[in-house]
This record gives sequence, C-alpha cells and structure tokens, in this order.
Amino acid sequence: MTETTSMQLVPTLSEEELRLIDAEIAHVPYRSAVAIDALKIVQQHRGWVSDESIKAIASYLDMSADELDGIATFYNLIFRRPVGDKVILLCNSISCWIKGCDGLQQKITEQLGVQFGETTSDNRYTLLPVTCLGACDKAPVMMVGEELHEDVAESSIVRILGGSTEP
Amino acid sequence: MSLDRPLTRNVRADRSPTDMAAYEANGGYQGLKAAVGKLSPADCLEILKDSNLRGRGGAGFPTGMKWSFVPMGDKCSPGDKYLICNADEMEPGTFKDRLLLECDPHQLIEGMIVAAYTLQANVAYIFIRAEYFKAAALLREAIAACHQKNYLGNNILGSDYSLEIHIHASAGRYICGEETALISSLEGKRANPRAKPPFPQVSGLWGRPTIVNNVETLCNVHHIIERGADWFKSLGLTEDAGTKMYGVSGRVKRPGCWELPMGTPVREILEEYAGGMADGYSLKGFLPGGGSTDFLVGEHLDLAMDYETIGKAGSRMGTGTMIILDDKTCPVGFVKNLIEFFARESCGFCTPCRDGLPWSAQVLDDIQHGRGRDEDMDTLARQVKFIGAIGNTHCALAPGAMEPLQSAMKYFPEAFEQHIQGSCRHCSGGGH
Amino acid sequence: MPTIRIDGVEYEVQAGKNLLESCLSLGLDLPYFCWHPAMGSIGACRQCAVVQYQSEEDEQAGRGRIVMGCMTPVSDGAIFSLDGDRAREFREAIVESLMLNHPHDCPVCAEGGECHLQDMTVMVGHRDRHYRGRKNTHRNQYLGPLLNHEMNRCIACYRCTRYYRDYAGGTDLAAMAAHDHVYFGRHEEGILESEFAGNLVEVCPTGVFTDKTLVHDYTRKWDLQSAPSVCVGCGVGCNTLPGERYGRLKRIHNRFNVEVNGYFLCDRGRFGGGFVNNQQRLDYPGLRGDDGRYNAVDHHQALQHMAEACRNARVAAIGSPRTSIEANFLLRQLVGTDNFCPGFTELEQTLVNLALELQQQSSAVIADIRSVESADAVLILGEDLTNTAPRLALAVRQSVRNKAYEMAAGLGLETWQDAAIRNLAQDRRSPLFIAASGDTRLDDVAEQHLSLAPQDVARLGFEVAAAIRGGGGVGNSDTAAGRIAAALMEAKRPLVISGTSSGSPQALQAAAAVAEALAGAGHRPMLNFTVPEANSLGQAMLTGSAAPSLEAIAERCDRGEIDTLLVLENDLYHRTPAALADRLLHSDSAIIAVDGLDNRTTSAARLVLPAANFAETEGTLVSLEGRAQRHYPVFLPQGERRPSWVWLLACMKELGHPTATDLHQFDDITRACAATVPALAGITGAAPDHHFLNVGVKIPRQPHRYSGRTAMRADISVHEPKQPEDEESPLAFSMEGLNRWQPGALLPFVWAPGWNSNQSLHRFQSEVGGPLRGGTAGMRLLGAGTTGPTAAIDPPPSFTPVEGRWQLVARHRIFGSEELSALSPGICELVEPGFVEMRGADAHGLGLTEGDGVELDAGLATLAVKINDSIPPGCLGYAVGHAGTANLAAGASVSLAKATNWQRPPQVISTDRSGGGHV
Repeated sequence: MTETTSMQLVPTLSEEELRLIDAEIAHVPYRSAVAIDALKIVQQHRGWVSDESIKAIASYLDMSADELDGIATFYNLIFRRPVGDKVILLCNSISCWIKGCDGLQQKITEQLGVQFGETTSDNRYTLLPVTCLGACDKAPVMMVGEELHEDVAESSIVRILGGSTEP
Repeated sequence: MSLDRPLTRNVRADRSPTDMAAYEANGGYQGLKAAVGKLSPADCLEILKDSNLRGRGGAGFPTGMKWSFVPMGDKCSPGDKYLICNADEMEPGTFKDRLLLECDPHQLIEGMIVAAYTLQANVAYIFIRAEYFKAAALLREAIAACHQKNYLGNNILGSDYSLEIHIHASAGRYICGEETALISSLEGKRANPRAKPPFPQVSGLWGRPTIVNNVETLCNVHHIIERGADWFKSLGLTEDAGTKMYGVSGRVKRPGCWELPMGTPVREILEEYAGGMADGYSLKGFLPGGGSTDFLVGEHLDLAMDYETIGKAGSRMGTGTMIILDDKTCPVGFVKNLIEFFARESCGFCTPCRDGLPWSAQVLDDIQHGRGRDEDMDTLARQVKFIGAIGNTHCALAPGAMEPLQSAMKYFPEAFEQHIQGSCRHCSGGGH
Repeated sequence: MPTIRIDGVEYEVQAGKNLLESCLSLGLDLPYFCWHPAMGSIGACRQCAVVQYQSEEDEQAGRGRIVMGCMTPVSDGAIFSLDGDRAREFREAIVESLMLNHPHDCPVCAEGGECHLQDMTVMVGHRDRHYRGRKNTHRNQYLGPLLNHEMNRCIACYRCTRYYRDYAGGTDLAAMAAHDHVYFGRHEEGILESEFAGNLVEVCPTGVFTDKTLVHDYTRKWDLQSAPSVCVGCGVGCNTLPGERYGRLKRIHNRFNVEVNGYFLCDRGRFGGGFVNNQQRLDYPGLRGDDGRYNAVDHHQALQHMAEACRNARVAAIGSPRTSIEANFLLRQLVGTDNFCPGFTELEQTLVNLALELQQQSSAVIADIRSVESADAVLILGEDLTNTAPRLALAVRQSVRNKAYEMAAGLGLETWQDAAIRNLAQDRRSPLFIAASGDTRLDDVAEQHLSLAPQDVARLGFEVAAAIRGGGGVGNSDTAAGRIAAALMEAKRPLVISGTSSGSPQALQAAAAVAEALAGAGHRPMLNFTVPEANSLGQAMLTGSAAPSLEAIAERCDRGEIDTLLVLENDLYHRTPAALADRLLHSDSAIIAVDGLDNRTTSAARLVLPAANFAETEGTLVSLEGRAQRHYPVFLPQGERRPSWVWLLACMKELGHPTATDLHQFDDITRACAATVPALAGITGAAPDHHFLNVGVKIPRQPHRYSGRTAMRADISVHEPKQPEDEESPLAFSMEGLNRWQPGALLPFVWAPGWNSNQSLHRFQSEVGGPLRGGTAGMRLLGAGTTGPTAAIDPPPSFTPVEGRWQLVARHRIFGSEELSALSPGICELVEPGFVEMRGADAHGLGLTEGDGVELDAGLATLAVKINDSIPPGCLGYAVGHAGTANLAAGASVSLAKATNWQRPPQVISTDRSGGGHV
C-alpha cells in the first residue's frame, strides 16, 4: 500500500531555515533528533507551523509527517494554527493568580476583544495562557513577543499593548 | 562576601549580566583551572561526595552519589556519555534559576565544565525553557567567550579533555523538567517520562550514560572543587550543606529571591528578607518549595528550610521558593489553580495523571462555583489516595499535584465546607 | 524457578518474567490494558496494580506499596497481594478514570461482546460513576477501507502506536497532543500505509480501531460460528479464525500459533477472505449447451457428464497450488501421474521444486517464523517479503531488535521492558542485508539495501558464500559481499532468506550456498524460502519436478492428444500469459472446471462444478516452511457447492476407479495420500482425524452464547432445520461441547470465563506467549538435511543492460498480486491498476512521466508508468498479478515505446474511496 497517496507538493524550506536546521543537526546523532528545534526555527520564520511546513520539515528530517505532528502538537509553544504578529503569554500560574492575573485577562479581553486562544481581528495579537514564567517576585507577569512585562497592573495593559483596541 | 554567598557574588542590584571579563576579574574560572588537568575525575567526585551537595531541582538527591552510578574509565567508551543542565524552570512559584542564568551565565558554564570533566563527558546540553530568551542569548555569548579562551572546545587549557556545550531551547511543557522526560524531549520526541530503572546514569540520552542536574546544583560544583568540601559544608546552618536560593512570592512586602545559608529559618526568610506580609494581609499557609509541595502553616515558621526539617514537617523543601497563601485568598481557588495547571501539563501517558487530574480539577471547580456536594470531599480524598503516591503513577508529576490538595484539605477543611455550603468568605458570589 | 507469594499462596514462576504475565500464566485474573504479550510493558495504563510487601512483617502490618505487575520482575521470595482492598480499590479507580471520557455506546460498538475494556470493567467491579463533568470528544479520521476510527472510545493505552510504529514499522500513525487530549491518528486523513494495520482491530483493547468490512456486515463475536483455518493468501500459512453467520464469511481473526503467526496477521490475510461472499461465486453446476449458453444442472447430472467425459477418454488435469493436497491428490489419482499437471508453469515448477529440494538437502535449519525472529543477522536475496510473504517480513522486522536485546541483557533488562530497551538501543539494530531488484518495504531497518538485477542478486549471494568459505570475509570489508559475510559469520543465529518471487532459480541456489558455507564454517544457519501460494510446496511434494508443466500440457493440447482436460481451482488466465491459456483452454479438448468463482477459465469450460473454498471445506496445505496444516469448514457450502474433493471422489466412484474403492471420507484421502507419497507421509499428523472427541464429544464451532438459532432462518421457514452434522472433522456445528484442552489444531475460537475478548488467549496457552496447551498446530515435513546441495553451482553471468531493451523484474504487491484476496471488499479498493516501474532517467529518455502509458514489445502489454529510481539500470519492474500484466514474465527482455492514445486512469482521491457512509 505504498503508493496509495497521490503525489503531493512538498513545500520547500528557505535556505536560511535549512542552514539553521543543519546547524542543529550537527550536534545530534540522527536527523529526527532536531525535530523540536526545526519546528521552532520554522515557526520563528513563519509565525506558525502549517500542515505544509510539517510535511516539509518531516521530509527534511527523514521522518513521517505523522510522527512530527505528534511532536508538534505535544508542545505548548509550537503553534499549529496561525497566530497574530505578537503572542501575548499571560502567566496564570499560582503566584500570578494570587496577584490578580484573572483581572488582567479580563482587561486584555476588554482591550483586544479576544479570549485565550484567540487572535485579534487585525492580526496583531494572539492571547495565550502560559505556565509560571519564573518571575513570581514580579507577579503578575506576561510576555508580549519576547519581552517580559513584570508587576503588570490592569491600568498598564493599554500602554503595553500599544493602544490597540477592538474595532 | 564571595565566600559565604558564592552563587550570587556576581549578581548586581540591577540584575545586569556579568560578562567574561567581570566574571574572571571576580575570581571566575579558577574552579575550572583547579580541576581540569590538575585533579583526576575521581578526585573531583570524591570532593563532591564529601561536600554533601544535594540536587537543587526539588528532589534533593545527593549529587555525588547520583554521579557515582555513571560508568567511568573502561566501562564506557570515551565521549559516550552526556551531562545535561536542566534549565527548564517551570515549577509554579519558582524563579531562582532565571536569576542565576540572567545575572551570571558564566557561573553555570564553569560549573558545567567542571561537572562534565568529573564525569568525563565530552558533550553537554543546556535544556532551557522556551520563554527564557534573554538567558539563552547570554549563555550562547558565554559559550562563545569560553571557546575563545579555550575553556571549551578541544584540549581545554592544554589538557587532553575536550567539551562542547550546546543549548536546546524547549518548546514548552512543564513535564520537560522531569529528568527522563527532558531526555525524551532532547532526543526530539514527545516528552514522556521514562520508567526507572534503568536510570539515566546508565541509559539516558540516546541510550548513553547521562547526568541531568538543575542549574543551581551545577552552579555550585566548581566552587566546591575550588574551595573544598569542608568550606561548602560550613556554609549551611544545618546538616544540609551549602547555600540555597530561597524565594518568596505572594502577598508579602518584598517578594524576591535570595541566596542564604542552607537551613535558614522560614520566619527569617519571610520576615527579614521578604519584609513580612503585605499590609492588610496575614499568613494563612505557605507552600515551601513550589506548587507541588504540601502546605505548611504558621506553626511551621520557625523550622529550618532544609530537606530534612521540612520533610519531617510533612512537606518538601522542593525548589526552596515559597508561595504564600494569605488570609484573603481562597484556598479552594488556590488549589484549583494548581490542579488545573498540573492537569493541563500532564503528558497524557498514564491514566491516574491524564484522567485523574482533570477529574480533580472538575470537582474543585464545582466546589468553587457553588456546585459542590458533600460527597465531593470523599471523591477528592479518594483521588488523593489514588493519585498521590509515588509509584501509583508513571512519574512524580501527579503525586506532586496532590500535595497541595491533600494538605489544603487537612489544614483548611472549612474553606471547602463553606464553598459546598455556598458561603465562602473569600469568594463573594461563589467565585474567586 | 523463583517462588513468589500472592495473597498467602506460594507459586513457582518462571524467572525473567514480570508479575503480570506470571499471574496470567498461573490463571489468576489481573486486569491490564497497555501490556501486550508480543510487545511487552511500558507501565502506562496502571491497571495491573498490586501491592508488594518488602517482608512478611510488612505484610502483616498491612504496609507495602502499590506496584505495577507489568513493570515488576518476579524475584524469589517476593510477596504480593492481588486481592487486598488497596490493590482492588486502585484498579477500580483506574477503570473509573478511563470511563470519564469513554462513551456509553457499547450497544452500537463493533467491539461489544469481545471488548477487553468491558471485560476489565467487570473484572474490577466498577459500577457507580462519580464524575459529573463533560466527556471529551474527538473527530474521527478516514483511515481507508479496512479500518474504522472512533477516537471517542479511546482509553489512551498507547497500544496502537506501539504496535503500529514500534512493532510493525508503520510511520503514519502517531500519538498527538497531550494530557487528556491525546489523540491517536494520522497527520491527516488517509489510508493507513502499513500492510499490517489490520492487527489494530485485535490490538486495540476497545472499539477505536474496528474492522470496517465487518462493520458493514455485522455480527457479534458470540453469534459467529468459527473453525480453525489456514490463510490461503500466500505461502506462509498463517493460522486464522474465520467467523460466519447467515452463510456469509463475516471476518477473519488471528489464530495463535507460536511457530507461525504468533499474534498477528497481514492485511491480505485478515481482509482477503471476502471473496468467499463474492457475487461471482458459482452456485450450480453448469453445462454448456450447443448454443454456447450455460444451463444449470443438478449435481447427479453434472457427475454423470463428468464421468462420461472421463470414461474411455484421454484425460489430463491441471491441479492447483492454492488448494488442498487432498483435492490435488484425488485429481492425480483420477487422471494418473503422467497426466497430472500441478498447475505450475515450467519456470514456477523449476523454482518451487528447487526450493523444496534445496531445503530437503540443506543442513541449515528451515526456519519457522519464531526462529526468524530470533535471527541476529539476516540476508535476503531477491525478495520484497512484505509483498510476497508478509508475515515473514514482520518477523524479520523483529529480528533486527536482537541487537537491542543483547544490549539490554548487558544492563540486566528483561526483554519485556519494552520502552527501556527501545530507549537504550535507539536505532542500533542487528544487521539485515537486502539484495533485490528495487526497493523493498524492509529497507527502513536494513543495514544495507542493494538494488540489483536478479542475476546480480544471485551473484552477490555466491560471492558471500565464497567469502565465507574463504575465511569469513573479514579480510575484505570494502565489498558488500565481504561485509555481509562478516556480519553473518559474527552472528550466533544467521538467517538466509530467498524465494521464488523474483523468478530466479540462481537466487535460491545462492541462498542455499550461503547457508551451506555458514554450516561449513561451523555455524548452525537458518534458511527460509518463500513460495508463491498456500500449497505450492505441498504440490511440489506431491508431484515432484518431473510432472508435466502447463506448457507440456499445452503441447499435448496442440497435438490433439487430450480429449478431456480437468482444471481444478485455477484461473489459467491469471496464472499464465493469455497465449498459453488459450492453447490450453481453446483446443479441441473438453474442459471441465471445478472452481469457486466464475472466471475466464470457467467461461471456457463445457462443464463447470461449483467448488467450496477454504472456509467451506477441510483440506491440508503445506506452508513455505514445510508445515502441513489442516483447515476446517467454518460453515457448509451453500446450494449445490461441494468441496472439490467431494466432486472428484464422487466422479471416481461413478467411474468405478480402482483407487477410490476404499476412499469414503476426507480422512481416507489424507491417509491414502500419506501412504502413496513419501514426502507427504507426515500429513496425517497435521491434525487429529474425525474420530477425535474432546471429553467424549466433538468440539463446538459456536460459542455457548450463540443466539437466534431458532430464528435466524425464520424469514425463509419457521421450521428450524436440524443442525448439520459434520462427519468429516472433530468439530461440530453446535454450541454443545467443550472448547478447552483440545489439540492446538482444533481451536475454533478463544473465550474464557470473564475474558470475552481475544485476550482470553492466554487461558489456552501453556504460559503467556507460549505454545497452546494442546500443542502447536501443524506437522513439519522438512527436517534439516545433511548432505548439502549435491552439485556445485556456477554463478550466472552478470547482467549487462542492452541499449533500448529492458529486462522485466517482478514487483509484487500485497494487494493485487494475489488473485482471490483482490476480489474481497476493502482490499479491492486498494488494488492499483497494472503498472510498470522504471527509472526516472529511462522514462525521461522515452519522453514519459509518471502516469503516462508505455507499450511493451509492440502489443505485449500497455501499462501506466511509475517512476522508481530504485529499479536497477536496464530493468523494468512490472506489477505481478495485476490487470494487464499476465503476459509478462520475469526475466524477459522487452522494448519500450510511449503509448499512443493512452488515457491516464482518473486520479483516485482517497476520501472518495470511502464511497459514502463508511466514515
């Protein structure tokens, strides 16, 4: 039953992506061991990991798309659906919960019109919960893109999110 | 200062990172120079065993003993073993490794070089959590700087020992902090933990002997080799040696993280360093070392924060970073937050964790929102019994999750009862 | 043997096992899900929890801790409690947790009544639900025409992916997501690629993966009538359990045989029996009238016609290598040895007889499949086993794990510690070398795959043999032959496999030469040859190499020397080029065909007799390892259908044939054959004869819960007919009798109190995973020879491509190369149109791309092109047994030209194949 699927166009990875993946492959004994790194590299370049990207990466790493998808869907920070330009990671673990992260979430939802797991209609932000960010002395905290915001007050949400408002 | 607070001697008030020049100017890489090519790996291991260093990741297993299971010499082909630094700090309420990584990356690198030399591993990995972008960048810089100085690479400082350190940034999963799950993840797989035995010391990364240690543990190694076991033991106030990164979060005046002698009393950490409870709040209880430790309460404030003492009191020192439950925060909501966290972060491999934790969370949610029934307390008690013992589950995640729940039921039963009766004094209207 | 104590009782158990399998072997009920006897332990489901005590004091004090039976080695003096409250409560809590999300759809679930989850739920005593939350739900996937997917039933035991990926080597089924969202499926919908996917039906402990062909024609297990059977899909001879109701074959399950198929079948075997229900089945004897039309006649008339055609006439017969020894033997008795063609072409006859002779002579051990799994170095010459002898390929796939077991032994790990061993060994494998004309489905675990023309495959084999004779080949690791020789010499249990599928006698000789060289070097090598069909080897044993081939019979037809030609269960147009079939069937001879299905051969016959098939009659087949095995009728043939041996015996009686005087029953034929043919002397030992009684009665084909016997024919008649009596076998068409303690060959189904699913098998085994209590089914007819091959063989000249010519190489497909399975529902959707495979450069040179048509030798055949760069240069692969390829023969040289007026077959989109309503 080897030939049952029709020919599929396997999208190609960019030279830059391949260069970065190759650099990771150099550190490990077999190609599929860099599956997670490769997913992250592609996500870094494309914002998320599409079905086509899964196929392309899998083919490059000599593994099946199914196996790679099993890995991709296991991890919280591999996005298998499109996300906004910036991902807001709002910590809702215990220290931030004590310090009112639920209120922050409400504030963000009011501000952007999105719940956890949703992307703003202008595609600027995706709001996600995140596990304890390791900055509990500055709780509540959140990350916007790669930037960590500490001691976030509900009043500072507008400033942090650059005044983006729900149309 | 440098001698009694070795881990934080380079930590500045503004938390700016220490670079190679500053690190060396303050005595850095002396441990490396004292060890590599000067001491035999066996000598290093002996010093480490003598020092009584225990793992700082939470379990507190004696580091020297852990390392002694790694096959050495002829029993293992050269280069066929690995050292891994577990920098996947994700335990709720834990924020000590971030400080060490961001403020003094070279300290970790030096500790790892000496550790890898002791184990005769030629490749080491730092498994760092995805969100620690800044720390990862600093570590990469530090590694590059070490290559320039031949602290890393081939024939380190002219010896016949070589080492490469690679950084692997995670893709986000709490379970990756479990050492065998971390190994699965580093192999590029789903981070399912592995059954022990075999232990990673004999069959770990890629089936080879592997040691996984926490950031804070590794940061101690070269200090111990440089200054000796007796020095290290002299740092602690109790049997457990060295210093410890202690932290406090929650409604206290000055939440923070401090390096203090091992065994510093809880009260001292809470009142002197964290400044006591915030105005208008009083202490109801605390988790001594992260989200998967049992609650302790006011009567335990004078205990020494070390593995033995806190263990005897019915909890665990864990990561040493306390989470404070104040009198205005609902214990039911507090525990539900934790159980939901653990349920969400279950890898999904074994039944009690995968299905039992969401069930517990669902019961707690019912209770919290006024839908609780009296028999729910029996259900929770059964869950604690069913999930809460190491060995009942595939790894320690779910038993850890049960610790705050079982102790909350023990210390704060009235909170659950009031919720079930619809009259929680913390939660007007039945919700947090 | 260690002694352990369980709930105060001391038991001696086998060392090196885990507690769970020890308990099951002792007959103790300990529930489990994720552990599987063929796949070992991972400790995921936590269902087999027991309490272990450190000491007697510990036990008395009621301390002890919960451990998982499947992860706990049995050690002398260990103390356990299965029955204590703590262990019981824990096991009940596990089932309750699994039930949080499991739907209450048992009444409409295909697994119902044979569901391990149902059994375990009852076993732990779980009844009351405490959970008030919502159930998680999932979307299901279309996985092809063979399997249904219902993820909502999943209990996340991980057996499916462990079986599919780790055991069977499939890559397109994976565990997705995490926590209580884990999902077992494909990256996207589509047909599961593994040739062994069907085993998921039996591996899944509940109804996530169910048999789609059964679901469309459903009957509960307890309502199925079944009998021990043998797969007729290839030469391996896997033991099967077909189930019937309402005169229809409903499904086929695995029948455990520790030496043959163990726990698993291939999908050709599992789903390939549906032809039994095919609408092309012949119902009545037919006689061609003068107007050329067929007229139904009753069987007395038919017999008289048959006898008349045979009386005082020059009669010849063509037997069938895919049907029983008994039918072929009778046919040979009827027409005489000189007039009996076993149904082989000349080449096939050479190949099969050579395979037989080489094995008879070889001092190597002829490997059963369990032995294949134990090999620590394997050389395969000229076979794509997954497509020619699939179950054998699955065994070879296990053999490469012996390296891992060796490493594990070094750490004191037992073989059942599955996850630990896989983590330890990673991709380190025992050496497997494959030399074949194109890629094979075992290449992913091969140390080296060499794609060579058949001549060069054989040459490589002879080089390996020479290297071994020349001192182990260690001297020359630069050559492939040297490396292979070294690996085989280094191994403790080297195995050489070849077969008939490439059409190369030299490959067989080369393989035998390698085995002999190993034996000469002090090894005890194993040898295994594939053969084309279920009884090819038996046919060769019956007839020998001197029997007339199809070509020889055709010559006699051409010369008008045959008045009547009997053709037994054999569509000659499928087996031979049309020109040869035409000579056989369209001469002046009268053709009498005995067959089950209407086909081009029966269409050419003057008289057609409707034959029963493997599910409707008894028969003895000899598998590729020389094992004689008996299959029994699952149900009696409907209407005027008769077993071929019944037709033939009746005809002989009608003729007053002297050799038939003492033959009355099936067993008489078996005995007569054993007495007449020395090579088949052992076949009476394949299974007990019809006199055998189990505790005084015959063995029931129907489970004791078999229902509706009084009502199932009510739409036809309200009078319940008497149950048919089975005079020919030790089995009864009845619920009465005892399905225990009988010989292994007579196991019609597995069931034990509390164990309704196939997991009840362990109650029939001497120990978990071990042979059946009643002994292993079948009789080996091949012992190790001593002489070795009699003559030294010269290697064939190496293959030199000729410009503008291509040598045909046979390419087999599990679905499509075998005639009958391809007519079964499900599989028929997976059979591709005929094709050739050629290198991209060759295609480019001819102006061809994938899917274009290419004409072979001006009119020989026109077929679709597939590009495959693994085909050796100068060679052209062709799909054996597929539409349009009957005229092609391996080894022939052909010219190629782009076909004009070629219409590409419409692109088939897999989801269209579900045909609505399947998903």
